Amino acid sequence: MPTVTLTVNGRSVTADVDARTLLVQMLRENLHLTGTHIGCDTSQCGACVVHVDGKAVKSCTTFAVQCQGAEVVTIEGLAQDGKLHPMQEAFREHHGLQCGFCTPGMIMAAVDIVNRKGAVDEATIREELEGNICRCTGYHNIVKAVEAGAQAMTGKVPARQAAE
Amino acid sequence: MTVTALGAAVRRKEDHRFITGKGQYTDDINRPGQAQAYFLRSPHAHATIKGIDLSRAKGMPGVVAIYTGDDVAADKVGGLICGWMIHSKDGTPMRAGPHPILAQGKVRYVGDHVAVVIAETLSQAKDAAEAIVVDYGVLPANADTSKAQGAPEVHSEAPNNTVYDWHIGDKAATEAAFKAAKHVTTLEIVNNRLVPNAMEPRAAVGEYDAGNDALTLYTTSQNPHVARLVLSAFIGIAPEHKLRVIAPDVGGGFGSKIFIYAEETVCVWAARKCGRPVKWTADRTEEFLCVAHGRDHVTHAELATDAEGKITGLRVKTIANMGAYLSTFASSVPTYLYATLLSGQYAIPNIYAEVDAVYTNTAPVDAYRGAGRPEATFVVERLVEAAAREIGMDPAAFRRRNFVTKFPHQTPVIMMYDCGDYKASLVKAMEMADVKGFGKRRREAAKRGKLRGLGYSTYIEACGIAPSQAVGSLGAGVGLWESAEVRVNPVGTVEVLTGSHSHGQGHETTFAQLVSSRLGISIDNVSIVHGDTDKVQFGMGTYGSRSGAVGMSAISKALDKIEAKAKKVASHVLEAAEADIDFKDGKFTVKGTDKSVDFGTVALNAYIAHKFNPQELEPGLKEGSFYDPTNFTFPAGCHICEIEVDQETGVATIAKWTAVDDFGNVINPMIVEGQVHGGIAQGVGQALLEGAIYNKDGQLVTASFMDYTMPRADDLPSFDVGMTVTPCPSNPLGIKGCGEAGAIAAPAAVINALTDALGTEEVPMPATPQALWTVIQKQSRAAIAAE
Repeated sequence: MPTVTLTVNGRSVTADVDARTLLVQMLRENLHLTGTHIGCDTSQCGACVVHVDGKAVKSCTTFAVQCQGAEVVTIEGLAQDGKLHPMQEAFREHHGLQCGFCTPGMIMAAVDIVNRKGAVDEATIREELEGNICRCTGYHNIVKAVEAGAQAMTGKVPARQAAE
Repeated sequence: MTVTALGAAVRRKEDHRFITGKGQYTDDINRPGQAQAYFLRSPHAHATIKGIDLSRAKGMPGVVAIYTGDDVAADKVGGLICGWMIHSKDGTPMRAGPHPILAQGKVRYVGDHVAVVIAETLSQAKDAAEAIVVDYGVLPANADTSKAQGAPEVHSEAPNNTVYDWHIGDKAATEAAFKAAKHVTTLEIVNNRLVPNAMEPRAAVGEYDAGNDALTLYTTSQNPHVARLVLSAFIGIAPEHKLRVIAPDVGGGFGSKIFIYAEETVCVWAARKCGRPVKWTADRTEEFLCVAHGRDHVTHAELATDAEGKITGLRVKTIANMGAYLSTFASSVPTYLYATLLSGQYAIPNIYAEVDAVYTNTAPVDAYRGAGRPEATFVVERLVEAAAREIGMDPAAFRRRNFVTKFPHQTPVIMMYDCGDYKASLVKAMEMADVKGFGKRRREAAKRGKLRGLGYSTYIEACGIAPSQAVGSLGAGVGLWESAEVRVNPVGTVEVLTGSHSHGQGHETTFAQLVSSRLGISIDNVSIVHGDTDKVQFGMGTYGSRSGAVGMSAISKALDKIEAKAKKVASHVLEAAEADIDFKDGKFTVKGTDKSVDFGTVALNAYIAHKFNPQELEPGLKEGSFYDPTNFTFPAGCHICEIEVDQETGVATIAKWTAVDDFGNVINPMIVEGQVHGGIAQGVGQALLEGAIYNKDGQLVTASFMDYTMPRADDLPSFDVGMTVTPCPSNPLGIKGCGEAGAIAAPAAVINALTDALGTEEVPMPATPQALWTVIQKQSRAAIAAE
């Protein structure tokens, strides 16, 4: 059984895992970080999105052994020193969640969108959220939340919106 | 301290755990010594089981136990039930075949449960399942609703695959109305089969406590008490007092988690049998194959109108697909939840509906968001739109001419509408949607090569699914009240135990808002407890948009009792007559004086019981209520969809969505609007994207998110949502319910917009680019032929 060592939410962890173990299984089963969810088996829904070395990754399609030495951040590691991340705040403020199941993946994906694209407008957000499915909200309030979260993260309004 | 008013957009109390990854869903629960279950499912849509060879599988690594239908039969475990009796036209009861939790002798759809393998790990269970050899005798199968009657028999109990042939309304009077009609509009309608696809797949953990001979089932349920009742009284797993059902955080339901399924039943039965906690979590494909699907009607519909554009009659013949087994409430969906709403928002004097429920070799079909009412709304609103076009009337004007305007209004199909103002919601929606400017927008779109259309859906639904006597008279096997218990602690904080269940609806916030506003205490001092049969006294659960109208009304009734008792305690504390005590803003005051005491002090005095005689007044402050409303509620409204179709590609893009709904009084508009958004998205999904497709062999060819098109963020616009309010007279809070409206209203609005854009009534659901492109090609060929 291969041994995997990686950093999860700032903490170094080592586990002996079956070679076929997926990152999401290691997070949920070995590390008991159950905030990362499994909503499908085809990499479609995005409930399992985490950050690996600063990039959004679907942890249901990543082997744990691929993450040897990587820095992984899950939804549990997003808040710092007891203070919610601005994107988490934005989801609450804008009612960007209902049942909460897709939410961790949505928030992790949203943070990644802003990291890559800065302050984003509605059309960009909708396009960028293609890889995350929500069945409850109709995306209306998720889009508003990501827009607000992006502004809070960057201190900027999106270029198109600023031009209007 | 934050006392929250009713009607305030309070941010949700439950969100903190969800946004920080601390939610606790069933799959997050692991019990010591737990083993994993994996179901071997039928690869055939219809087959006899001639034999099952477990010999090699039983010796595989990690296998704890393997059970088949023979073990179920040997243990005398009952089958799954359908809890709503429907009678056919001739008065005979519906003909239901047995529904064993593991197949006995025959499989009837792809995914049917053949065996369960319980092993140390899921991988080991899957490996062992592959080593099971099943000798199938494959039979011809049918998945097609319209061909079911005459197809190979699914159950010998149901000749011609007909579960019932039911009707409602006055046939002779309706026939007479059609004979006398100036105009008759006819539509052939297929209401496409949908898969609910809550984002959390179903899951269960069964656990046996040998010391107390008691079982616990953690499960993804919208109604844990109903699950316990069925598991105990009908399936015989354990008596109710020895079975605890816990539905923790549940990741969406939309109806699909109402039902009692084979998998959770097997987990809790097998836990005792193998002496280990047994866990099962569906993967997405299992969910597609075996969750109860929704809709799947084939309907012939007609509308009769007179010379003045008044509707004089409506007639439908529907074939409703039940799948291979009758699910928990399946029989009620195409009957009392469907045909009783065929009057829509209109004063229609004559209605007659016939419904045949049929078995096919497909997954069971049951209630999915709206359950019968989306199907009814689609029939009525498509007919109304088409009729208006055919007789050359503006669709909005045609609707207004036929709206019910006087209340209460008795329809010819059971329902008594209690209140509403249909014109108000239509007018407001038309203003918000700028219907006046539509012609200009259509011309502008044409210049870009786009066909632009506008469609209305003025829907009505019956919600709050209740009252018990009424549903009992229609065949329901249960009462549909709701219960609540309000426990005031000595320090004045409050726990509310409710039989409603939240799986995204935000009850922990709205219910707390009610308590906060009534008792004048901070919302932070109120906890809502639900989803555990050991904690909550009883409950009928959440579906049919009933948690506000019925569940919160039960809390309101319990709060009435709390207030009454607290006044008695306050009278002793304040040394005044009980009749002189006023309670307002969290304070008990002696009328006409400045003597007062706050709620917390009264709560403390209720428990220390120093100031009153406990022989005359019991200590403590805890009250309960079982509330049964006096009628269904009737949310209604108007949705307007404006859509553009690309003539080259057939791609439809929603340009604008306007919704004006009347939900009666609203506790938290933020949450209500969120419910509307989500409902619209599912309705748009049905109209444009989603469709469960079985091939001719009965294989589900849309069994993953790669094949079944879920609405994504870039498929949808932002929605313009407004409200009108006529308070509901049949419950103390004036609430009608909001959970299903969007899914009920939306499909007809989309298709009415598309038929407007394309100039033909023949647009199927889902109106995919391919489907629309085909319609456009057919139109242009017809146009060329005409020239």
